[in-house]
Amino acid sequence: MTTPAPSPSRSSSSSPAGQQSLTWFALPALIFVVIFGVVPLVGIVALSFTTWDGIGSVSANGLSNWKDVITDPGMPKALWVTFLVMALSWLVQTPMSLLIGVFLAGHQRYRALLAVIYFVPLLLSSAAIAITWKALLDPNFGLGTGLGIGLLNQDWLGKGPLALSIVIFIVAWQFVPFHSLIYQGGVRQIPASLYEAAQLDGAGRIRQFFSITLPQLKFTIITSSTLMVVGSLTFFDLIFVLTAGGPGDATRVLALDMYIRGFRGNLMGPASVIAVILVLVGLSLALLLRRLGGTNNNESMLEGA
Amino acid sequence: MSPTTTAPAPGTTPPTATQQHNDHTTNRLRRLGRLRQVNWAGASAAWFWLLVVALPLYWIVATSFKEQASYFGSNPLSPPSSPTLENYRLVIESDFVRYFINSTIVALGTVVPAVLVSFMAAFAIVRDGSNRFLRATNGLFLAGLAIPLQATIIPVYLIIIRLHLYDSLLAIILPSIAFAIPLSVLVLSNFIRDVPKELFESMRLDGCTDWMTMWRLAFPLVRPALVTVSIYNGLTVWNGFLLPLVLTQSPTQRTLPLALWTFQGQYGVNVPAVLASVVLTTVPILVLYALGRRQMLSGLTAGIGK
Repeated sequence: MTTPAPSPSRSSSSSPAGQQSLTWFALPALIFVVIFGVVPLVGIVALSFTTWDGIGSVSANGLSNWKDVITDPGMPKALWVTFLVMALSWLVQTPMSLLIGVFLAGHQRYRALLAVIYFVPLLLSSAAIAITWKALLDPNFGLGTGLGIGLLNQDWLGKGPLALSIVIFIVAWQFVPFHSLIYQGGVRQIPASLYEAAQLDGAGRIRQFFSITLPQLKFTIITSSTLMVVGSLTFFDLIFVLTAGGPGDATRVLALDMYIRGFRGNLMGPASVIAVILVLVGLSLALLLRRLGGTNNNESMLEGA
Repeated sequence: MSPTTTAPAPGTTPPTATQQHNDHTTNRLRRLGRLRQVNWAGASAAWFWLLVVALPLYWIVATSFKEQASYFGSNPLSPPSSPTLENYRLVIESDFVRYFINSTIVALGTVVPAVLVSFMAAFAIVRDGSNRFLRATNGLFLAGLAIPLQATIIPVYLIIIRLHLYDSLLAIILPSIAFAIPLSVLVLSNFIRDVPKELFESMRLDGCTDWMTMWRLAFPLVRPALVTVSIYNGLTVWNGFLLPLVLTQSPTQRTLPLALWTFQGQYGVNVPAVLASVVLTTVPILVLYALGRRQMLSGLTAGIGK
């Protein structure tokens, strides 16, 4: 984050004629963001060069945290798991949300009912969702045992690849409705005349989808993908409650790695290194996706839909 | 290729469709025409996903009314044969009233100040757009949107300790306010920008100060956006987990998501009771959802267009 710090320009020449500077209206918000946003951001960089156990005093130790973390095989593993969660959850959610979003943009009779139920997962806390699925998937008293269906009766969270797939499935369970809603809004803004022209040209349904709907949704797809990708860096609570990073380190994403090193292992220095990496990954992804978005969203990554 | 064509294009219009839709506006006709064709792929995806979403939800509610003994060995999807409130009693006796109050304090204590200071900042940013300091402030808020805030938790923890706020509700509230500001300012400034300039001008001619204009003109006019932003932030804070986990310690300061987690650790085997705790912590949100679904949905997509 760049923090340009120009001195408060109280000169009325820069304000509309006859109007006083409104700078101080923004000060309360600015103070909060500086104390709990800017200072911590500088803080993680500073702390990454120190030793701190979370209780005692902080002392500088140069580059040793960085050396430790970079040579620790756990770090690339966490980076890889984070990437897997990000890529796979994007791959699962995007086609599903697109399909449902296009469908919801129509005027089917049951659409309202569908919409009411779809959004309930968005209201639940990640902790509640994780707890529910943990109980539901329990090999001893979960759904599989109760129904007596062998296929469902597995140690879902006990095996690495399986646990990772479950995390991705639950993320989709939580967020597919949200992204469907974004796509629904996007589809509704496509001019009907485009479809009419295509039909006159004899384009079929599938052709229309790929030649009109998808290109017209370009900015919606970028918005939704940005939220998915940057959001996937913050799946801390879900994974923490569901698997705590396990089995082993199969689901130990960066955010979890940071927490476990810092608050469980009392190694705040190395944890800060992970935090710096997390911020860098998040920022570069946001910038990359914004570049893909072209000139449409010049204000923020959340606009443009 | 499809049974019905869309627009009444000359020469190709099927007579039945034209008669049927004579009374509708062209726009409506077009929309109906386009959507008459059943989107089978979309429909199957939507209904399949409904099942995926609804089944666990049904299971949560149904199971929360079952006795622990009858839960084992019975079909988990069957409705409770003899519904009981025993699980709910256990949850409430486990101090959930206190956690509920804590969560309410944290949510209100965050949302009200966060929305007010964000509104003030948004007003200044829109009304004094040529001010370089305010432009830089706005840039800072926008940059904040791209940062995964969890990453800053370690210094936040250090700051909270130094402020002697560790293990208090204020420790959760203060950073939550800061984290809520960037998106709130973005959404609110988009709305304030839409207020016609003439209104501000006439307020000024009437001798109103900027302060009065802000509260008497802008505040009521952007009320829908204020509600939207409050709901979004309220939900985020109500469901927040990391800040309470890191910044508090004692059970008396516990908020609901954290309480759910510890309750599950304690009663993990008692599935019906665990699910009753899930239901109880979600009820206030569901009530809000039932009361203002539209507001809530726009709140959930706050910042994505408007």
